[in-house]
Amino acid sequence: MLFKGTHSLTKFIFRQRRFKIIIWLLGLILVTLAAASAYPEMYKGDETRQAYALTMENPAMIAMLGVGYDLEDYLSSVGTLFAHEMLLFTIIAVAIMNILLVGRSTRADEEDGRIEMIRALSVGRLAYTSASMIVVVITNLLLALLTGLGLGLLGIEGFDFESSLLYGSILGVSGLLFGSITAVFAQLTETSRGTTMSSFAILIGAYLIRAIGDVSNEMLSYVSPLGWLSRTGVFADNNWGLFLLTLIVAIVILLLSFYLNAIRDLGVGFIAARKGKRHANPFLQTTFGLTLRLGRTNIVTWAIGMFAMSLSFGAVLGDLEAYFIEIEFMQAFIEEESGYTMTEQFITLLMAIMSLISVIPAVMTVLKLKGEENKFRTENYYSRAVSRTNVLGNHYFLAILVCVLMQSLVALGLWSVGQSMMDDALSFGTTFASAFVYLPAMWVVISLATLLVGSLPKLTSFVWLYVVYCFIVVYLSGILDFPEWLNNLSVFEHVPQIPAEDMNFMVMIVLGIVAIVVTVIGFMAYNRRDIAG
Amino acid sequence: MVVLKTTNITKSFGKFTALDGVNIEVKEGEIYGFIGPNGAGKSTTIRILLGMLKATEGSAEMFGMDVWDDAVEIHKRIAYVPGDVNLWPNLSGGEVIDLFMKMNGRVNKARKEALIKKFDFDPTKKCRTYSKGNRQKVALIAAFAQEADLYILDEPTSGLDPLMENVFQECVLEAKKLGKSVLLSSHILSEVEKLCDRVGIIRGGKMIETGTLSEMRHLTRTNFTVKTKEPITDLNKMKGIYNLEEKNAELSFQVDTEEIDAIIRYISGFGIVKLESAPPTLEDLFMRHYEGTASDSGSQGEL
Ligand SMILES: Nc1ncnc2c1ncn2[C@@H]1O[C@H](COP(=O)(O)OP(=O)(O)OP(=O)(O)O)[C@@H](O)[C@H]1O
Ligand SMILES: [Mg+2]
Repeated sequence: MLFKGTHSLTKFIFRQRRFKIIIWLLGLILVTLAAASAYPEMYKGDETRQAYALTMENPAMIAMLGVGYDLEDYLSSVGTLFAHEMLLFTIIAVAIMNILLVGRSTRADEEDGRIEMIRALSVGRLAYTSASMIVVVITNLLLALLTGLGLGLLGIEGFDFESSLLYGSILGVSGLLFGSITAVFAQLTETSRGTTMSSFAILIGAYLIRAIGDVSNEMLSYVSPLGWLSRTGVFADNNWGLFLLTLIVAIVILLLSFYLNAIRDLGVGFIAARKGKRHANPFLQTTFGLTLRLGRTNIVTWAIGMFAMSLSFGAVLGDLEAYFIEIEFMQAFIEEESGYTMTEQFITLLMAIMSLISVIPAVMTVLKLKGEENKFRTENYYSRAVSRTNVLGNHYFLAILVCVLMQSLVALGLWSVGQSMMDDALSFGTTFASAFVYLPAMWVVISLATLLVGSLPKLTSFVWLYVVYCFIVVYLSGILDFPEWLNNLSVFEHVPQIPAEDMNFMVMIVLGIVAIVVTVIGFMAYNRRDIAG
Repeated sequence: MVVLKTTNITKSFGKFTALDGVNIEVKEGEIYGFIGPNGAGKSTTIRILLGMLKATEGSAEMFGMDVWDDAVEIHKRIAYVPGDVNLWPNLSGGEVIDLFMKMNGRVNKARKEALIKKFDFDPTKKCRTYSKGNRQKVALIAAFAQEADLYILDEPTSGLDPLMENVFQECVLEAKKLGKSVLLSSHILSEVEKLCDRVGIIRGGKMIETGTLSEMRHLTRTNFTVKTKEPITDLNKMKGIYNLEEKNAELSFQVDTEEIDAIIRYISGFGIVKLESAPPTLEDLFMRHYEGTASDSGSQGEL
């Protein structure tokens, strides 16, 4: 019996993960519903929608948000505006949720030896995998139904029932797709990091391929699942066929993961581990060397991803310029209004988003220490002549280096491509300044992670909530019209938006002081608390 | 000289008191056995000694320094081997051994190579592929390759095969010969019996017995097996007799140390054909404590 015990394991996994699942679902659904309710008010008359359509036609927007709709669609239903702005990024959030959820309950549990224990009980070989996949299916089903019904029943003008249901279904099926992809990687790779990193690589790849395809060649977009999922014409044509296609692909991938799971041994992956070195080189023998080595794969992967992303956006900037030259009147309009070109304004928003993405690998670097403690590996330091300040300090220092590296790559990517594609390119100095100006804010986030590792090790994931919050403020504050103090909770909100704003050294200094204070408290707490292992 | 001394250490996790006034003293050149049932508090004590947990009350010193405040300084002179060795899956065994030695600042290449041979260990594999015993070897090799003054070993052999267990014992005895001290926590009582000069028994977070093996034996019972010409009558009515059993016309029983004289006198009246006595094994001692000191049914086991 391959599946014996699936039922009770399903309940077990649900109990284990219920908190995370509920938070994710609530967050996704509430943000979606709140944003949807705001749309009819925001885009009232035909003129505003016409202006919107014009903005959305520009290649930078298409690269970021996917292809838009025809003008008639925008005019006939405000849902299309909502779908164009929200769908792709919500899909990405759903994908992240699924990658983390599946990565956790497959490979990570296996790595921790939990599956070994469970298999020793009388349960079938595939029981744990099927139980975790049932959890994923139910979670995504809930997401699809609640979002769909919520949007449909809220009675928002322009949100008809069928379209709302399709919108929810797209979210659910995207989740299932990325959950299945992660399940396959859980079989292929040997570590949980490998599993999640490979899955994230696929997600980023899918986004980039779609972005490039959307602005240059439609066919390319169809290589990426995000390409099909953003072409359902939800709230206009309601193409259920693409939804079905995705569902079928997801199920096939899911079955593949079951097949791979059934034919492999516990604890190994299909991509075998290499033989190791006999001696540690001198650099590895330093605490920094070891910290870097342990985070290397993660950092390199992110670095490549960030660079590729900024290269693509750089390419888009070139198109953007061409586009605005075409509609001269608009350019004049924007320049008159603010004194800055559209490119410059676009780059400030882009930098805010990129710096938030850059901070993710840095935060991971600090939280890695907590992960090591959970796996009883910090004992390896602290039972020897290595101080806590030394170990935490090296993680912290590496995290700051990661920020600088990521922001440099972002700036370099934008600058180098922009250079070759634009006549009136941004200067090297401006590009780097607009990226580096975010470093103090990123530093504060790293310090927050350090503080949590030091004083509230059980609550370290709160730093992710904060990052997500900052993201919501950057991305949605305009739409949702947050009160000022709520916006101000995000450190990224205070950063001067170079080149559209002037440098403000006072803000930089204040952010720096906040970072230092928080860091010092974090280090003191870490030196005082019990180390679990 | 005392290298390790704890004074009334207490440790609470929330409401649960894991340690309740533990006193341990390890002298220079001594091998101290630290035994007790699962969950008794051995690992918790050792984690306090390593400065990873902070004692709720009481103090602990090694080499005259406080285990919490001077942890790094102390660790330069000790070597620790846990029962569950958790290694970085992407590093090789050889890399980890080098790292561990470097962390304590005492690198001795020749000794390391000798130990790798002795433990029959392949250092070129990635750690994730090592079995439990092999992971333990990594920690043991790194520990014995550096000449520490005090070895703290928490169930260091729980995954080793008997051959490797022997190698381990050789290493411990060699360290002792060099005048080093050892704190050894183990469930393998034959190992403790063979290696340790003194033994401390902990149970429910309290030390319930400390002393040399012979001191402890004195407090307990000796095993006897006798065969007599005439059947012995009324032996079970004598004072200090336990676990009386008859097998193949032979009687076996345990006797309280202070009653031995009276018992031997009594049974000699029946004409002794065969008389064997064995000192109680550590396991006998241990079982008595496990089951509660007041228990009469002190069972015995063979080692
Ligand atoms: N971080 C913790 N929080 C709560 N309780 C703990 C914690 N660490 C240990 N304990 C409890 O303290 C007690 C002592 O545990 P300890 O690990 O010291 O036992 P031990 O003697 O080493 O047992 P074993 O022989 O199984 O290794 C146990 O009851 C354990 O559950
Ligand atoms: Mg223990």
